[in-house]
Amino acid sequence: MGLPSDSAPKFQDYAHPEMLVTTEWLADHLDDPGLVVAESDEDVLLYETGHIPGAVKLDWHTELNDPVTRDYVDGAGFARLMSEKGISRDSTLVLYGDRNNWWAAYALWVCTLFGHPDLRLLDGGRAKWIAEGRPVSTDPPQRTRTDYPVVERDDTMFRAFRDQVLSHLGQPLIDVRSPGEYTGELLHMPDYPQEGALRGGHIPGARSVPWSRAAADDATFRSRGELEAIYQDEAGLRPDDPVVVYCRIGERSSHTWFVLHHLLGYPQVRNYDGSWTEWGNSVKAPIRRGDSP
Amino acid sequence: MTAPAGSLSPRLREIAEDFSSVPDSQRLQLLLEFSEELPELPARFAGHQDLLEKVPECQTPLFLAVEVDADGITHLFFDAPREAPTTRGFAGILHAGLDGADADEVLATPGEFCNQLGLQDLVSPLRLRGMAAMLARIKRQVRDQRS
Repeated sequence: MGLPSDSAPKFQDYAHPEMLVTTEWLADHLDDPGLVVAESDEDVLLYETGHIPGAVKLDWHTELNDPVTRDYVDGAGFARLMSEKGISRDSTLVLYGDRNNWWAAYALWVCTLFGHPDLRLLDGGRAKWIAEGRPVSTDPPQRTRTDYPVVERDDTMFRAFRDQVLSHLGQPLIDVRSPGEYTGELLHMPDYPQEGALRGGHIPGARSVPWSRAAADDATFRSRGELEAIYQDEAGLRPDDPVVVYCRIGERSSHTWFVLHHLLGYPQVRNYDGSWTEWGNSVKAPIRRGDSP
Repeated sequence: MTAPAGSLSPRLREIAEDFSSVPDSQRLQLLLEFSEELPELPARFAGHQDLLEKVPECQTPLFLAVEVDADGITHLFFDAPREAPTTRGFAGILHAGLDGADADEVLATPGEFCNQLGLQDLVSPLRLRGMAAMLARIKRQVRDQRS
């Protein structure tokens, strides 16, 4: 059995409050045997500069991706990775990272495809833990290797592929990239020039809600009321809508996937990880330019 | 003294050899050491970001300055945030390898040097291209200052 949920009042408003823990909760449970903490950062060296004591590193680039095919690791690869990290199928796995948990949410989404039962995000991520002066360590974690079972990845519920997005056209889509990427002025993220596409713009019908709007200044998630104002009042989503979210390679949109599915409780949210680097390079894929969906 | 095009300064060659001789697991540690060894920006540049050139190709903003002195020796200055150790590490490698080098040596450094460190499987290609962009901007400044 996993660890008890964090009963922080803010979380109780969310659809799945058990998916988040506060820094206080984590500090109190850091030595609990059923807990594994994993750091997943954009900067691949940040973990080495100091991490939450005992936390393992989960690298999005080298560990969660298949090294050859553009895809995630398979069931055997995931089992090997989890076993090496000392994570069991019944571990409570708390993920955290830099940049508003951008990559931690991505790692959590990938772990979701393998159905790991108890996944949680540290609200506020690495930035909040450090801002509060909590301990960090450069000591490598001492974890015993486990025997994580081989569970095949299930892409049906939460992942969307290009052809599925084509047949989804006309239904709600959220583009979480920066405004310049959405309108088509930029073929890449500001300051990220090379991960581009041949065509700029957005998928027809997609509403623009940059992913980081869901995070407050201290990197924690905004309250349920604030999130509803953004995604329901502004972007016009309804809670029973099937939604597809996308960005450039599917990482920023994992953060929005987490918000829509776990915090607002939308049952059918899929992340299109092919995202703009696939769509904007795809022959004959329909594209819209400018401000309007 | 002229360095043949496409050759590495002696110090850069040592760095490339160091990187390729250690196993993958220690390569990131080595990069971290370079990030820690990057000298602070001298006081005369502090608060004068206009004197520095921005390298937008890096995922985290990085600024650099290049000076070629009367003897043709290159001096490099970097402003890279501590919360971006990878970018700092790249700057640290270029500083360790090219600060104090002859301008000809800097200009002879091949653009693909960044791919000789064995980091391709550890660091995303986007980041490595950020390092290549840093090198290209350094070389352009050296060329401009000499002409």
